Amino acid sequence: MPEKKYWDEAHECMSREEMKKLQSEKLVKQVRHVWDNVPYYKKLMEEKGVTPDDIKSIDDIGKLPFLSKADLRDAYPYGLLAKPLSECVRIHSTSGTTGKRVVAFYTQNDVDLWEECTARAITAAGCTKEDVCQVAYGYGLFTGGMGLHGGSHKVGCLTLPMSSGSTERQIQFMQDLGTTLLCCTPSYAAYIGETIAEMGIKPEDLKLKAGIFGAEPWTEEMRQEIERMLGLKAYDIYGLTESTGPGVAFECCEQSGMHINEDHFYAEIIDPDTGEQLPEGSKGELVFTSLDKEAFPLLRYRTRDVCVLSHEKCSCGRTLVKMAKPMGRTDDMLIVKGVNVFPSQIETVLLKMSNATPNYQIVVDRVGTTDTFEILVEVSPDMFSDTIKTFEELQKKIANDIHSMLGIRAKIKLVEPKSIPRSEGKAVRVVDKRKLV
Amino acid sequence: MTVKQLSVFCENRPGRLSGITRLLADNDINIRAMSIADTKDFGILRLIVDDFEKALKVLKDNDMAVTSTGVLCIRLADKPGGLADAMECLYKENISVEYMYAAFISETNETAYLVLRVDRLDTAVTALEEGGFKLVSDEELKRF
Repeated sequence: MPEKKYWDEAHECMSREEMKKLQSEKLVKQVRHVWDNVPYYKKLMEEKGVTPDDIKSIDDIGKLPFLSKADLRDAYPYGLLAKPLSECVRIHSTSGTTGKRVVAFYTQNDVDLWEECTARAITAAGCTKEDVCQVAYGYGLFTGGMGLHGGSHKVGCLTLPMSSGSTERQIQFMQDLGTTLLCCTPSYAAYIGETIAEMGIKPEDLKLKAGIFGAEPWTEEMRQEIERMLGLKAYDIYGLTESTGPGVAFECCEQSGMHINEDHFYAEIIDPDTGEQLPEGSKGELVFTSLDKEAFPLLRYRTRDVCVLSHEKCSCGRTLVKMAKPMGRTDDMLIVKGVNVFPSQIETVLLKMSNATPNYQIVVDRVGTTDTFEILVEVSPDMFSDTIKTFEELQKKIANDIHSMLGIRAKIKLVEPKSIPRSEGKAVRVVDKRKLV
Repeated sequence: MTVKQLSVFCENRPGRLSGITRLLADNDINIRAMSIADTKDFGILRLIVDDFEKALKVLKDNDMAVTSTGVLCIRLADKPGGLADAMECLYKENISVEYMYAAFISETNETAYLVLRVDRLDTAVTALEEGGFKLVSDEELKRF
């Protein structure tokens, strides 16, 4: 049987003209849907003096107002919902943020669309219904597990819904059931690689041929390391809960940038300060418009990811626009061990320990392939006590509160007042020593 | 009768003790007793000085995390059993000693001094005084 190269050749290899026509038709329809069903966005359009009649093609997209994470929090939980709840079949949610989470809704069509996207990614990684796909992303509110799971079903792979963790069991299944495709975060892939080596298993003892790794930043060096340790070809995947989840963009055999499923998600690059659209090839903030989503159709959603787009011809034959690996953020969000971390969340925890906002610094580094997460906290007079025990209890309390807020553990280091370096009087909140770009 | 002890939070890194002790020296403050309780990353430096108020101000002015704690400073006979007698006196009242350390206040070689932090300060003072122990006061510290 000849290897299937594309999951949806008609869309993945569409000519630019056809794609533009398709995107234009979808946008016109989508704007009308949002205008009619989402008063929150209608108000934003009215404030900008735009009506659905002004949107005639994809070239008019710049007339529409932006949505930001703050809008999503303001509108929580139903403010951006465009379908009755009775039409919705599922929610997913981002990792905890200060106060309100972001909750995204899906109709059955939305789930299908999303799974089509991940099916494209799985096919682009060279996999077919003959493959055994082990999904070691977390299942649950996090989109990773369910997203790849759905795509794997579509393609017809034998799907192993492992979720993350229980590494020895993961390896056992890999050996016993001959897993060929592994889907998880890159740091977990690296951890599995290290564990395999410790157990004395060689990559050639396994049947792995491909891995789809996303949800956190990783470098080219890390890719090579994972490929060597696991004996597979490692593909990047991009997505965000606000759009659907993983599969908004995916890597092909070229492994040089990710093809955006632009028949579903229209991408723009803007100047984060002025909001102006930037020409192709410019570095700027990535903005997505969901062209098809029914329940949670975000128009011009600002991802805060800094990125570059390119329409250059790809040897894989796909014409879908490619995005480079995100090169940073326009806000202060960090991704640590696959989890979104905002400094304000750390602040919320520390505020509970002291009356005044304590000074703190987040230090993120990568030892081997694992992120380290340390928080330096300046001891303030009202935290101070005379005994070691009290300090150790304080450390433990901060660590536990951060764990319950973010789901990851941080090492808490208490430091002397004014010992955290300040720049122009303001303490430097984040030190990211990882070299990710 | 109790004395005031200064507790200073300090990180475990080279130069911290040097910095703090030099700061006190520059302000003409004499350290009468000290101890360090430490963990891997940080320690608490506990100090008995001749001028508590001045030392507190100097340390605070220099952005140190510092706090004051009431402790007992007992004068003991510097002979076998001197410490055992004091401990027994506290034990009879079921008082717990949280920490203690020897002080180097004495100019003579017949008495020793001990700084003690206990769970019930007032009971300990009464017990020790009734047991015939001599406790040092803040005023006395200035004269030593």
